[in-house]
Amino acid sequence: MLTISNLQASIGSKEILKGINLEVKAGEVHAIMGPNGSGKSTLASVLAGREDYDVTDGSVLFEGKDLLDLAPEERAAEGIFLAFQYPVEIPGVSTTNFLKTAMNEIRKYRGLEPLDAVQFLKLMKEKMKLVNIDQSLLSRSLNEGFSGGEKKRNEIFQMAMLEPKLAILDETDSGLDIDALRIVAEGVNQLRSPERSTIVVTHYQRLLDYIVPDYVHVLYKGRIVKSGPKELAFELEEKGYDWIKAEVETV
Amino acid sequence: MNNQPNNDLKSKLLADFRTSEERMNGASKSALHQIRREALNQFDRLGFPTVKHEEWKYTNVNSLIKEVFEFNASSDITVDDLAQLESSRLEGNVLYFVNGQYQPQLSKIVSPASQLTITTLAEAVKTTPDLLTQYFAKYADYQDNAFTALNTAFAQDGVVINVPANVAVEAPTILRFISDARQLNVASQPRNLFIVGEKAEIKIAESFRTLGDQASFTNVVTEIVVAEDAQVEYYKIQNESDMAYHIGTTQVHQKDRSHFYSATVTLDGGFIRNNLNIALDGSECEAHMYGLYFPNGRQHIDNHTLVDHRKPNSHSNELYKGILEDRSTGVFNGKIFVRQDAQKTNAYQSCKNVVLSNDATMNTKPQLEIFADDVKCSHGTTTGKLNEEALFYLRSRGIPKEEAQSLLMYAFAEDVIQKIKIDALREQIERRIQAKLAR
Repeated sequence: MLTISNLQASIGSKEILKGINLEVKAGEVHAIMGPNGSGKSTLASVLAGREDYDVTDGSVLFEGKDLLDLAPEERAAEGIFLAFQYPVEIPGVSTTNFLKTAMNEIRKYRGLEPLDAVQFLKLMKEKMKLVNIDQSLLSRSLNEGFSGGEKKRNEIFQMAMLEPKLAILDETDSGLDIDALRIVAEGVNQLRSPERSTIVVTHYQRLLDYIVPDYVHVLYKGRIVKSGPKELAFELEEKGYDWIKAEVETV
Repeated sequence: MNNQPNNDLKSKLLADFRTSEERMNGASKSALHQIRREALNQFDRLGFPTVKHEEWKYTNVNSLIKEVFEFNASSDITVDDLAQLESSRLEGNVLYFVNGQYQPQLSKIVSPASQLTITTLAEAVKTTPDLLTQYFAKYADYQDNAFTALNTAFAQDGVVINVPANVAVEAPTILRFISDARQLNVASQPRNLFIVGEKAEIKIAESFRTLGDQASFTNVVTEIVVAEDAQVEYYKIQNESDMAYHIGTTQVHQKDRSHFYSATVTLDGGFIRNNLNIALDGSECEAHMYGLYFPNGRQHIDNHTLVDHRKPNSHSNELYKGILEDRSTGVFNGKIFVRQDAQKTNAYQSCKNVVLSNDATMNTKPQLEIFADDVKCSHGTTTGKLNEEALFYLRSRGIPKEEAQSLLMYAFAEDVIQKIKIDALREQIERRIQAKLAR
């Protein structure tokens, strides 16, 4: 589904990604872990198309298409979804209105008829249950005055509505207490399917207790320095990142 | 007296006044005419303002005074011509003026005479001269403002509304001023006077439109007198051409416990200067001022507001918002004056702008002059670009860039749009804003 080859990216003159290689197949959950500043969020942002970064080398193929050639909105329409680490507050735009616009733009891109108000509301009611989100929250301005937990739930709710093929969760666990974390993780798990892949970017192992990955990759200094099964996450939790750093330095 | 390059228009106007005075045949002795003559003398003394004048620093009227205009030109406008100016006719008392001249065949008054009297200024001069003597030009300052002086000297027509005490007028009153610039450069100087009695309530909108591609100049003055416990909603909607010049002053005078609520929305217009001056000459008054402007191309939109807190315990609140594109320029100058007597004043002012192009310019200037010691006043202005992070967020959900931009711009304007309480008017404005932002 997603093939990242030798991806290099910088912001200004600062190199952040220094050659990422990653293959994600349909249905798989990959966790990207690593110490602060290793480039995890940059990877998520580059995949979603954030313009602050310059891709200096490498390629990203998504279902055979050159992802780096596409605008952020085209990537979304192709089926990529980024759950933001810091969801943006947008006064004056209600979640409901914004999501309806987004869904119908994506449908237009795919050559589908727009959803009418009834169909949209029906779908919304169904998905609201997934993340236990309240109608009143959705009619308010997007994320404005939302608590940290409400913002993250709103991200997963949007994901449930847009049904992406590849979901990228950027530090979705940051700022969440354990109850909110469980609700968010349950939402993600219910969306797991053999066609849908997930990349979970996280600093801590605890999210992976709830969203169990197929593979764990450790990102350090802009490279994936170690990959392994889910047990690698436990090892990192137990021993921290220092031993990985030491391993890298000796090589 | 002055060596400005404006002597042509100025001397033409002075000569015009004297010519018409000679034809007045005795009416020149009337009290009203004495005011007009006094205003003309002030205009003669003041001349057109230059950018050296502090109040006109960013608004240069040079190109305006170089144009040649036909004042109060006749027009063969028809109902069909109006159709292209509006999507739907608004319900209520609707009065049309074309090039400054009243169009009874297009107008309708639905409110019963028991609720209010609406007459044209020309009519009021004949039928209620005492009322005019009492109120006309008693509020809008023609001593220091050349354009107000000019309007006071020349204004032939406009609307006089008189709402008796204790009446809540249900139907909104909509005054439509159309410049028919299809054939030649036209100019008009409408003059309105709204007298709202004790505990009375009224909603009034002034709308300004242009027909045709020639230049137009509108120099409008509106005086609004709000008695004790009265409530006035006032909307000024400008949707004029790029060739339109508009200078307007709205002068409000509020007595005890009165409420004045206004929104000034400038959708389009080449060169616009709006003065909104409110004298809170009573205690426990409220004044709310909202503004919205969307200049693009080379449009210039200037909003000057002045709130004069003269008595204690009153509250004023102001929010102006602008979105500037291309090479447009905007000006916001908000003055709050709190006099020594006006203790316990609450005054808030905010002006927020989004500048979408590097070639667009916004000049903002808050001015607080406070002479009382127990007051709460605050002001803030912001000018910035569209939030890039918000734009990326919307795009990452599948919304194309242009659409995401107009969504954000509309959201930015939304809170001011919602202040327009005449539903049909607000819906019209919403559609026009959406169309303009979607371009």
